[in-house]
Amino acid sequence: MKQSSMKWVVLIFALSALLMLGACKKKAAPPPPPPPPPPPAPTASISVAPATIQAGQSGTLTWQTSNATDVSIDGVGAVQPNGSQSVSPTDSTTYHLTAKGAGGTQEATARLTVTQPPPPPPPPTPTVTDEDLFSQNIKDVYFDYDKSDIRGDQQSSVQADSQFLAQHTNINITIEGHCDERGSTDYNLALGDQRASAVKSALVAAGVNASRIKTISYGKEKPFCSESNEACWQQNRRGHFVYQK
Amino acid sequence: MKGTGLSTYEFLRSNTYRATMLAHTKSFLLKRMDKPARAGGRQAARSGGFAHAFVLLACCLVSSVAGAQDWVKTGTSLGVAQVRLAVADFKPATNDPANAALLKTFNDTLWNDLDVSGVVELVSKSFYPLQVPGQPPEVNFLAWNAPPPNAAMLAFGNLGVAGGRLTVQGWLFDVKNIQSPQILGKQYSDAASDAAARVMAHKFADEIIFRLGGGIQGIAETQIYFVSDRSGHKEIWAMDYDGSNQHQITHLGSIALSPRISPDGSRLAFSALTKTGWEIMMYSLDLNRAVGFPHFGGTNLSPAWSADGTKMAFSSSRSGESEIYVGDASGGNSRRLTTDKGPDVSPVWNRKTNGQIGFVSGRTGLPQIYTMEADGTNQQRMTDQGYAVSPNWSPNGQFLTFAWVRKYGPGDPGALDLYLMDIASKQWVQLTHDGGKNDFPSWSPDGRHIVFQSNRSGSLQIWSMLADGTKLQQLTFTGRNTQPNWSWK
Repeated sequence: MKQSSMKWVVLIFALSALLMLGACKKKAAPPPPPPPPPPPAPTASISVAPATIQAGQSGTLTWQTSNATDVSIDGVGAVQPNGSQSVSPTDSTTYHLTAKGAGGTQEATARLTVTQPPPPPPPPTPTVTDEDLFSQNIKDVYFDYDKSDIRGDQQSSVQADSQFLAQHTNINITIEGHCDERGSTDYNLALGDQRASAVKSALVAAGVNASRIKTISYGKEKPFCSESNEACWQQNRRGHFVYQK
Repeated sequence: MKGTGLSTYEFLRSNTYRATMLAHTKSFLLKRMDKPARAGGRQAARSGGFAHAFVLLACCLVSSVAGAQDWVKTGTSLGVAQVRLAVADFKPATNDPANAALLKTFNDTLWNDLDVSGVVELVSKSFYPLQVPGQPPEVNFLAWNAPPPNAAMLAFGNLGVAGGRLTVQGWLFDVKNIQSPQILGKQYSDAASDAAARVMAHKFADEIIFRLGGGIQGIAETQIYFVSDRSGHKEIWAMDYDGSNQHQITHLGSIALSPRISPDGSRLAFSALTKTGWEIMMYSLDLNRAVGFPHFGGTNLSPAWSADGTKMAFSSSRSGESEIYVGDASGGNSRRLTTDKGPDVSPVWNRKTNGQIGFVSGRTGLPQIYTMEADGTNQQRMTDQGYAVSPNWSPNGQFLTFAWVRKYGPGDPGALDLYLMDIASKQWVQLTHDGGKNDFPSWSPDGRHIVFQSNRSGSLQIWSMLADGTKLQQLTFTGRNTQPNWSWK
């Protein structure tokens, strides 16, 4: 009996061992599920028409992408997957489109060449400058009531004016004679005439060619100031310089 | 004087020269004008009564300086009554619906013409009887020649439109002479229009003034030329003497000044700002367009016609300073008359003799009035002080009117007023006293009215008055209106 018991122990042991061993052995992998298909790579293209513009003109960017979730163009920013946009850069620009998607990243570029327009004919800068200089430098000459002689405090104006005209011999002028409102119409026109002539004479005496100077009287017809007080009247009693175009 | 229109206030402000002048002129005028009226005809007319009035005026100017007396009051104290004229509203002669408006125009115009004439004393309409005549048989003499109207004369008549034609019949009756009352009977007919009614009223008024005013030629059909800026630019305009019918003559779009109508009324000379400066320009009222006049260069101003219309005086700075020149009316053969230093402007001819020229000169400083012979000799200074401009010669040749700030200087801001000066004696009388700046007087052809510019109403407008300063009337109201010039006839 003892022997048969042994046999059962051995058998159980052996079976256990076998079972243990079997448990320790790597199990065979289960059959894998079918793998998902790999995401397709994005595509992208960009073009610009026309390819060449002049500064100030505009071109049209057109782009198409597929399989992209995130589309951007450098210098433009995030954009729709497909679209077009008008651009007007001042300099030649390469538009760099980046399309990112699950299947990867795709880039495309388009170059817009900007040509500078022919420079406009230079403005007649010398004339403008002359007129600016004229208004900056010329000083009107003011008069006393009912007088047409140039008073002492106005000599410096006449001197400055004649110097300016001597330096800019291409400038011709009209001197307008003006009067304040108090006198009568006709007499004021004659007085304005004398004031304009007095300024002209002073300039000619200082060396300005008389042919460059015209005179006209406005009397009290075109006042600078319309109030009835001495400050205003003084404004209106003057020889006014006008640049002759 | 009767105090019509002239307030006590004004009398109080009047100086003694003026007061005396008024008194003498008035009394004289009244005597003159009563004569032909009482005579019921025009035999006493045409005697140059008004010229004599001014002779007397000149004398009284002198005497008034010697013995100025305090002014009390004019009017009844003078002991001479003006002709009391009643003017009944004209009555409709037909049933045409156009009558009402034309009657108003006619009656208003006739009344105003007679009122401003200064020849008659108009009896207030509130004194009139209820029934006014439209025909001679309808005149109730007792209702007119006794108080309350107590009229010496009655003007009446009728107006009617028939078939598009306007017919006016008017009479002037001496209602104190019941046996032979008619002094005047007139009929006018023309295509019906407001303007026609106005002209007929003017013509009838002139007939009455001629008979009651000692042969004075009426001025109701005269014109006044002036400068107005109401179009946006200063242009030359014209109007009837009473301010009606104002219309634009020039359309230059620059600045036009100093209109001067020729003696025959056909041409208008003026100065204007052109591309070459201030030049004299000429406008034909017959052709309704500008006609040629030479450009001289420099500043050319204020043309003045000689009385015979053959010569033109003006100022020009073509040779430097502003001087007086005289040339043909066409602008040819101009010759310089003044040579002094200082501006010479605003020439005006002696309308009576055609032999002298008045002008303004600044040769001594502030502008003064001068006269000279038409060849430039015998230059005489007329004003002795202040600021004197804008001379105008009276039709009888004896007087200059001008604008004068008599006492000019700091702290003495005198007003610019109109003055009348007797040329022989250099005695003067002040015509305007009512404030504002008054300038550019111009005589009416009958020598009894003066038109001028004044800002007394707050803006520059044209006014007229009798030559003694009474009967002030504002003629323009739109824009700024200056430099009036009364036609010669």
